[in-house]
Amino acid sequence: MESLFRTDVPAGAPRVTIEFDGAPFSVPAGLSVAAALLAAGARATRTTPSGHAPRGPYCMMGVCFECLVEIDGVASRQACVTPVRDGMRVRSQHGARVLRVVAEGPSR
Amino acid sequence: MTDDLYDIAIVGAGPAGLAAATLAAAQRARVVLLDEQASPGGQIYRAIADAGASRIDLLGPDYAAGAERVRAFVGSGARYEPNASVWQASAEDDPHYTLRYTRDGGSRALRAKRLILATGAIERPFPVPGWTLPGVLTAGAAQILLKSAGTTPAVPVVLAGCGPLLYLLGWQYLRAGVPIRAIVDTTTPDDYRRAFAHIGGALAGLPTLAKGLRYLRTLKRAGVPFHRGARAFAIEGDTAARALTFDVQRARQRIDASLVLLHQGVVPHSHFAWSLRAQHRWDDAQLCWRPVTDAWGELDVRGVFVAGDAAGIGGAQAAAEQGRLAALGALAGLGAIDAARRDALAGGPRASLAKLMRIRPFLDALYRPNDEHRVPADDAVTVCRCEEVSAGELREVVRLGVPGPNQAKAFTRCGMGPCQGRLCGLTVTELIARERGAAPSAIGHYRIRPPLKPLTIGELAGVADQAADAPASAPPAQPHAAPA
Repeated sequence: MESLFRTDVPAGAPRVTIEFDGAPFSVPAGLSVAAALLAAGARATRTTPSGHAPRGPYCMMGVCFECLVEIDGVASRQACVTPVRDGMRVRSQHGARVLRVVAEGPSR
Repeated sequence: MTDDLYDIAIVGAGPAGLAAATLAAAQRARVVLLDEQASPGGQIYRAIADAGASRIDLLGPDYAAGAERVRAFVGSGARYEPNASVWQASAEDDPHYTLRYTRDGGSRALRAKRLILATGAIERPFPVPGWTLPGVLTAGAAQILLKSAGTTPAVPVVLAGCGPLLYLLGWQYLRAGVPIRAIVDTTTPDDYRRAFAHIGGALAGLPTLAKGLRYLRTLKRAGVPFHRGARAFAIEGDTAARALTFDVQRARQRIDASLVLLHQGVVPHSHFAWSLRAQHRWDDAQLCWRPVTDAWGELDVRGVFVAGDAAGIGGAQAAAEQGRLAALGALAGLGAIDAARRDALAGGPRASLAKLMRIRPFLDALYRPNDEHRVPADDAVTVCRCEEVSAGELREVVRLGVPGPNQAKAFTRCGMGPCQGRLCGLTVTELIARERGAAPSAIGHYRIRPPLKPLTIGELAGVADQAADAPASAPPAQPHAAPA
């Protein structure tokens, strides 16, 4: 899908590679995950728990919680206040979260 | 629980927090400033330390002014805690305050004798049909993107609503070469007439006024299509925004757009003050709640100060002066300076603040958001984005006898999601007020409880571990795993 936003960084500026729903994207280092996803062409980054309505980043400052995504296996992280990191795996969230039971050891 | 005890802890590194920390540290107080971002500046000076000359030039002089404020803070000797998401301000350890926050995935705490809450503003909710669709963002969000890696629209964009930030963003986009499909402005000739009743104050704030007019003139000269007096916004789309529709003089207009940026002013972000049960009053001019403070910004919760837009909207320059006054009030309360010294040091900030605030009545009247864009007439419009509660569901429970926001929350889950009513609180208060024929002040606001940010169980467990190592006076971890 056509990207809503583009970044403007010098050619040699450091970049990182993140994965969104399985697809790799090269994005400028220092960007928030939400900004990176918008620049990568994402529209809906989750669907709501009860109505399954599509939602994407809205406030970009950590107050609206619309940009919740799964990051490296941890659900409901705020993409707009989380900086990208090389190798980060981001997944869109669909519907309600389910509590995953971890057999042994700490979950993170 | 760490045993760090500070004289003053400040939440928020925008203009108010930076000025408060800088002044208090200069008076040799032990100061810590906590902020959610990775570098100081708040939203207005976001990422200024990393911005190159061309981006600073693009964003304009109001942004550039932040560089000096940040430099002064960095050299002040105050401790800086970036990436700190504060989720509780607590008075349980009387007479000291405890701030709990997460940083790098772990929970931490510190104590302070005085708190200054400089948590700034958030954008006013804009509950219209389709405002929840992907591709609809706030103008503030778009400006934050612009300040981070120069992220700009890649598709033609529509800016819709009213207020200085909307025009500033348009001006910045123009300079960045971003194609603006239209600016859809809700301001009407009536708004101008109402505003001109306050023209005396506006003339006192002439530089501010002139700046705004310059932005508008530049946009018009560049040929950006302007629609004035627009009403009844709706965004079309199934899975993402497709078009903005609106009325101008009762004729429906439609503009194709996959990116719509909404804005109708900013309102105080005072969740911390609410969570401390501080008294608030409804401001009819700014159509929002503001915490009740004394002349130094101190709440009726003694020892806690609010400075900057979190106490009522005044803009960045006013926020810095309020930050200084709060710092002086806190220093005097601590006995670090006496009342005579406090008053002497307050002279400059107070005079400057009075001058800066004179334009507010004019701006508040001119950019008063439309009634229909604050309280949706259409029952289908989503009011609570988190829990997907519509205006109609709220009206239904009001008809059944629900008297206020907390009861509405219990019946509908409205305001119970992760944003804790930040995106619906004002709408709910005004909607219930209108349905009941009462004043918003009589309806009240949600009761706000910590954690003010959602926590993982792991983060909570981190607090519990710390508490177990702490002296017996240490409080137990909060039992809530999610916001109430």
